[in-house]
Amino acid sequence: MFGELQEKLDGFFSKIKSRGKLTEDDVRAALREVRRILLEADVNFRVARSFLNRVEERAVGREVTKSVTPGQQVIKILHDELVGLLGGSFRPLKRSKQTPTVLMMVGLQGSGKTTTGGKLGRYLAKRGMRPMLAACDLQRPAAVDQLERVGEQADLPVFAVRGGEPVMVAEQAAEHARAHGYDTLIVDTAGRLHIDEPLMEELNRIRERIRPAEILFVADSMTGQDAVNSAQAFTERLGISGVVLTKLDGDARGGAALSVREVSGVPIRFAGVGEKLDEFEEFHPGRMADRILGMGDVVSFVEKAQEAVDAGDALKLAKKLKEQQFDLEDFLAQLHQLKKMGPLEGLMKMIPGANKAMQGMEIQEDELKRTEAIILSMTPEERRKPNIIRGSRRKRIAAGSGTRVQDVNRLLNQYQQMKKMMKQMGGRKMKGMPGGMPKGMPFPPS
Amino acid sequence: MTMNLFRKLRHGLAKTRDSVVGSIREAVGSGRLDDAVIEELEEILITADLGVDTSLALCERIRARASREALAGDDVLRALREELSALIETPATENASPPADPERVEGPYVTFVIGVNGTGKTTSIGKLAYRYAQAGHNTLIIAADTFRSAAVEQVAIWAQRADVDIVRGATGADPASVVYDGLRAALARGSERVLVDTAGRLHTKTNLMAELEKIDRVAKKVIADAPHEVLLMLDGTTGQNGLSQARRFSESIGVSALMVTKLDGTAKGGVLVPIRRELGIPVRWIGVGEAIDDLVPFEPALVVDAVFGDDETLRLRESIAEE
Ligand SMILES: Nc1nc2c(ncn2[C@@H]2O[C@H](COP(=O)(O)OP(=O)(O)OP(=O)(O)O)[C@@H](O)[C@H]2O)c(=O)[nH]1
Ligand SMILES: Nc1nc2c(ncn2[C@@H]2O[C@H](COP(=O)(O)OP(=O)(O)OP(=O)(O)O)[C@@H](O)[C@H]2O)c(=O)[nH]1
Ligand SMILES: [Mg+2]
Ligand SMILES: [Mg+2]
Repeated sequence: MFGELQEKLDGFFSKIKSRGKLTEDDVRAALREVRRILLEADVNFRVARSFLNRVEERAVGREVTKSVTPGQQVIKILHDELVGLLGGSFRPLKRSKQTPTVLMMVGLQGSGKTTTGGKLGRYLAKRGMRPMLAACDLQRPAAVDQLERVGEQADLPVFAVRGGEPVMVAEQAAEHARAHGYDTLIVDTAGRLHIDEPLMEELNRIRERIRPAEILFVADSMTGQDAVNSAQAFTERLGISGVVLTKLDGDARGGAALSVREVSGVPIRFAGVGEKLDEFEEFHPGRMADRILGMGDVVSFVEKAQEAVDAGDALKLAKKLKEQQFDLEDFLAQLHQLKKMGPLEGLMKMIPGANKAMQGMEIQEDELKRTEAIILSMTPEERRKPNIIRGSRRKRIAAGSGTRVQDVNRLLNQYQQMKKMMKQMGGRKMKGMPGGMPKGMPFPPS
Repeated sequence: MTMNLFRKLRHGLAKTRDSVVGSIREAVGSGRLDDAVIEELEEILITADLGVDTSLALCERIRARASREALAGDDVLRALREELSALIETPATENASPPADPERVEGPYVTFVIGVNGTGKTTSIGKLAYRYAQAGHNTLIIAADTFRSAAVEQVAIWAQRADVDIVRGATGADPASVVYDGLRAALARGSERVLVDTAGRLHTKTNLMAELEKIDRVAKKVIADAPHEVLLMLDGTTGQNGLSQARRFSESIGVSALMVTKLDGTAKGGVLVPIRRELGIPVRWIGVGEAIDDLVPFEPALVVDAVFGDDETLRLRESIAEE
């Protein structure tokens, strides 16, 4: 998710690690680099400044102990502060005593409220709730149609009154939900600017009438410096209880997450990672911080893998990856499983080091099919020892799979790159991580 | 529109002027351009989303000028304004695919509107269609977003508001084939302007970018030199990722110009400066609201004013209101 930010920090950490003891000046110099990284990642100027001041205070002050290397110390402090800034561990949504529990989606235009409403409904339905959607955006052209379509896809009922007025529709929806036994009402509202007084007031009126248990501010992760202004205004003018960060499937560094978190003081609850309704995850600040600090989101990766692969296989694979005994047989098995797991780009970003290693290595879904055909045209021996595949074998495999020799060459190159990547991963086994293995790590400590 | 723009400028500017510009005036009033002042300048620029590189480069130029010209007080701000305008006005480079001249295009003048999700493509198509229709052009919208829920219904409402024709594809249909049919219809109907609404897509998604390239290829089968213009929609609140968007879209089907939307909020849209500086892509239009006439032809001074605030703003606002 925070792909580039993570890469930059990687570079910075390797510098610190290679320099032995850190002086005050070192801390300052390093933090100047971090500052640049944060600003390039769209962390707000002032948020970055206060963040770094905190880190500096802690790094230069009393907490520097002799038992660890200064590099580890700074990484730990950065990491802790980042976790602190991003919020505690995942907190489930509040339920209200009376039914229905109302969740209100608010935010700027185009941030993803309607889509996220559908995603959230599905997320809750999967957990045994009976959610209903309410169409309270009566402003954007075809907003009601859109929500109804989303409802169909999510298999959720939608309450709509065409030509109605948002506050009234919200109230009627709540009543309807109560009467029909829906325990949760997700209210979609029109996108609005935080400086649009009348429209902000409208949200307040909806809030007063239907007393939402949660008001979720849906924010686009590509937002720049202005994220602090909108988040602050929504916080002060309306009061929000949580944030959903959308469009994290792209390459935005997502510094807005830090900004929004800092100025709103409320936790980031969920992450939108695609346009489809199941491309939605709980937001884990700890993991995200690990990821920012170059640890990669190993936990999410493995969780996702386990949904598709059974646990035993996942462990076996993890072991193979670690020991770098990954051959083309595994590669093929992986291709099959990866297909079940969804878009590759998203997955690769979760693996530590993969961002860098995968650069320039295009992964396309149709290429998967070709790759599969090529591997299937190899003998078992070739799959286990790809090094033996030389000129004539390459020609035979190309002919057998209906591809060109270049395609075979490319696959073998990719395999080599992947192996190299695994090696890097294996090599930097959690070294940078103070206090050893993070909890929930799937790999047994070596 | 005027109201919106007014609101936007007033809001954006009041804040900037009060806080940062005020403190710069104070700081440079004493006549010394020290690190603290430079950091204030940096803050103005970075806070407007110009990005670190561009902001530092601008500050460096000011530092250099200050030592040559002995800048003090408001001179510093004036110099920064000049440098910023110069940057925004840098000539387009080979990276941008310049739009065709409508005077020289026989038959329909085809504009593709592309960009990441939720930036304002469909709304802007409505605004452009309205503008073209008002100017007397026979205009056709092709609704080629067959993916997003109710995207076709949405653009159909805009077509109705702008009072222009529309060719729609069924939900789930291949967008390239919708464009193919649409362009044939444009030829048959003698349309002068064609606006193609495409689905939002993140520039990092290879399959979706390939889909866009296919639309481009198929369009050329009907009209060999189409599209005559490709507008990349940039959400004005977007930060440095805008650069990555502009880069990937221009590497794909090419981008003639940007349209920056949502500038009626408090965001300054400053990422257009590094986009111009690094990729040479100019800005053509800005969006300043959700109404059909909330569309303004881009003027560099608008951004410069949004970043700094100045009495000139008043003059500009009036000239736009008159237009
Ligand atoms: N790639 C990606 N696209 C998303 C995500 N969430 C929403 N979108 C897309 O973003 C665009 C805008 O989403 P909407 O749900 O319509 O946004 P909204 O906030 O309801 O918009 P308004 O009602 O106009 O303010 C659509 O194209 C969505 O498909 C996400 O997590 N990833
Ligand atoms: N305030 C403001 N809102 C805008 C502007 N342009 C568009 N919008 C709003 O932004 C939201 C998204 O606009 P759309 O036109 O649907 O965006 P899109 O790029 O077509 O979205 P997808 O097709 O889902 O990718 C809508 O709520 C629009 O009303 C603008 O200039 N100012
Ligand atoms: Mg919506
Ligand atoms: Mg659209």
